Parts: sequence; C-alpha cells; structure tokens
Amino acid sequence: MANESMVLFEVFIRSRRGLDHKHVGSVHAEDSEQALEYARDCYTRRSEGVSIWVVKSEDITASQEDDSESFYDPSDDKPYRHATYYKLPEAVNNM
Amino acid sequence: MSSEEKLMENFMRKIEAEEKIEPKDWMPKAYRKNLIRQISQHGHSEIIGMQPEGNWLTRAPSLRRKAVLLSKVQDEAGHGLYLYSATETLGISRAELIAALQDGSAKYASIFNYPTQTWADVGAIGWLVDGAAIVNQISLQRTSYGPYARAMVRICKEESFHVRQGYEMMIALAQGSPAQKALAQDALNRFYWPALMMFGPHDSESAHSARSMQWKIKRETNDDLRQKFVDQTVAQIEFLGLQHPDADIKWNEETGHYDGGELDWDEFYSVINGNGHCNRQRIEHHVAAHEEGAWVREAMQAYREKQRNKAHKQAA
Repeated sequence: MANESMVLFEVFIRSRRGLDHKHVGSVHAEDSEQALEYARDCYTRRSEGVSIWVVKSEDITASQEDDSESFYDPSDDKPYRHATYYKLPEAVNNM
Repeated sequence: MSSEEKLMENFMRKIEAEEKIEPKDWMPKAYRKNLIRQISQHGHSEIIGMQPEGNWLTRAPSLRRKAVLLSKVQDEAGHGLYLYSATETLGISRAELIAALQDGSAKYASIFNYPTQTWADVGAIGWLVDGAAIVNQISLQRTSYGPYARAMVRICKEESFHVRQGYEMMIALAQGSPAQKALAQDALNRFYWPALMMFGPHDSESAHSARSMQWKIKRETNDDLRQKFVDQTVAQIEFLGLQHPDADIKWNEETGHYDGGELDWDEFYSVINGNGHCNRQRIEHHVAAHEEGAWVREAMQAYREKQRNKAHKQAA
C-alpha cells in the first residue's frame, strides 16, 4: 500500500497561548509541511488549537515503561525533595 | 500604516489582552533584547547560586542535612537549565549566554557575591534568599512571554522546599545552644539587607522597569515586591526569637505595611560593579569548572563520531 511508504508524524497542539503543546495523535504524510496540513485537517476541525508541532515519530526517543522501576529508582528514596517533608509550626507554615 | 506598525499594534493587542507571546510570534527587537537580558540573568543567578551553598556540602553537620543541601543545589542547576532553555527560544545560543556570563557583560543576582562564612548562612540563604526569589518568581508566573512564564510555574513548585528546609534549619539553631542561636542571629544580620537588594534599585532608579512593566515582562515593581518580602519576614523573625536586623522596622497603621530603614545603595552598586567579596572568585570558579569539564564534552563528541562511522560502515 502506498500509505506504508509515507512517514509517521506525531502531532502536538497548543490549545491556547501560554499553554504547553500537548500530544494529540499522529498522521501519515510525505513531508513535514503536508503533515502540518493533515494535522490541521484532522485534529483542529473545531478550533482546538492555535499552534501545531509535527515531529517525525522515529525522531522521538522514549523511556521504556517496563524499565521505569530502575529508571526512576534514584528519586524514590528522597522524600526531602518535597516541601511537605518539612513540618513547620502553624504560625509560620505559610511559606 | 506600515507593516511594522501593524505588527506592533497586533503585539500590543495581545499584551493588553493578557495573552502570552510565544517564540514564533513577531515581537519588537527591544522586547526580545530585554527578555534575553532578564531571563539569562535569572538563569545565571541560579547557576552561580550553587557556589555559596556548595561551599558547605562537604561540611554539613549530618547526613540528613547533607542530602537535603545536595538536593537543593541540584534543583538550582535544574532551574538554571529551565531558564537557559527559555532564553534559547529567543534565538540566542547556550554558548553565547555562557560567554556573556564569563566576560561579565551579563549579570547575576549580586547576593551570590557574599561569602557563606558559617553553616547558619546555609539556613539563612534558604529562608531569605530563596524566600525573596519566590516573591519575585510568583509575580513572574504572569509574565507576558510564554516560555518564561511556564518555567516560572515549574520553578515555583520546587522552590517551596528550599525555603522550608532553610527555615527549619534556622529553627533548630535558634532553639539550640546560645552559640548556635548567635550563629543564626549573625547569619540573619548579614543576609537580611542583601536579600532586600535582590529586588533591585528603587523604581525611580530602575533603568528597565518602566518599559518592562508596559510590556508586562515584569508585573509588579521592585519596591512593591520588596515591601511584600519585608512584611512577610517580620513575623518569621519574631517566631525565631531573633532580633530584627533593621532597628527602624515599624508597623504603619495607615499603609498597612511595615516601614523600614533605607538600604545601603552604595554597597549595592559596588557589589554589582564587581567589588563584592566573591565576584572574581565566582566567575573564576565557573570558568575553571567549564574548562575542567571540556574533556567530558570532547569524549562524548568522539564517541558520537565513532558510533556514526560504525553505522556508516555497516550501511555500506
């Protein structure tokens, strides 16, 4: 199928100025310009966004959820990184 | 109307409507320049700010205090990175930013040119310096430049831990032996005034304030933010049972704020202009750390090239 020779792009949309782009899905396209147009047609038919990013899926390096235990392990035993770890008397607790 | 005027009008419309300006938007050259100056200065402060506290890492009095301090210093590096990333969206490179810090053309908060003479200084810094920074950063969460505002939201979330661990340490010292209490008082005396100076010169003297307020880069004036900090700190000093470093501090019924003594502005400008206790040392240390780390960057580059050549050979 011709579709299989097309490139897979991940689509990210900024719904409103000031917010981060958020992943919404993907499209197949010949190039990034076309991917942008397809993403517009597919994901913003009801004014869902003010800005679209498309990124080739193969360019995304992702962490593996199966490895998450050892991957995130170093922060598991550091509760002192959280503000709530420090118990302050009521009179000065608003900091 | 020229096209430039139209762009400017559209830009101001967004600013007035409280919309954020995003990296690919048109923006006046001076807005971009102003942002690069302010955000990079903010980032440099985080990076140089690691040094005074890092000074005590190997001498922390317990494993718990050491782990906490290590985490805090690590956070400062992270905050520096968030801010450098936000600055890079404006079209300037990391290498240019670092060069400007090292040659002195970019500034950082002058508070970090004060030495950390005792362990109590680490507590005072968390409490007062990070406390003052938060007052400023909460306000900057509403800054008009999107990437800067988002970096501030992230930083404010993490900053509360810094203040609380500092104040907790001050409680321990203030309720400890007379010698420990004296350390706490001495640290408070030395860091209170420089912390107030972190908010910058009076509004009437501030070179960038008026336009920054108009463009909503800054949302509150130096003096208003400083007043907030003065007000919130009085009760915190009282709770510790320490003496307020400002003999003139007095509640003003009419304004609903505390009035205090005037800051030593000669000292402020002297430190900013390079004559603080540690200005030269801070930059020398940064340059040395950067140069001593060069072999790591070179090794990484060599490894990447080797991998690339390997892949190339396999393909051929």
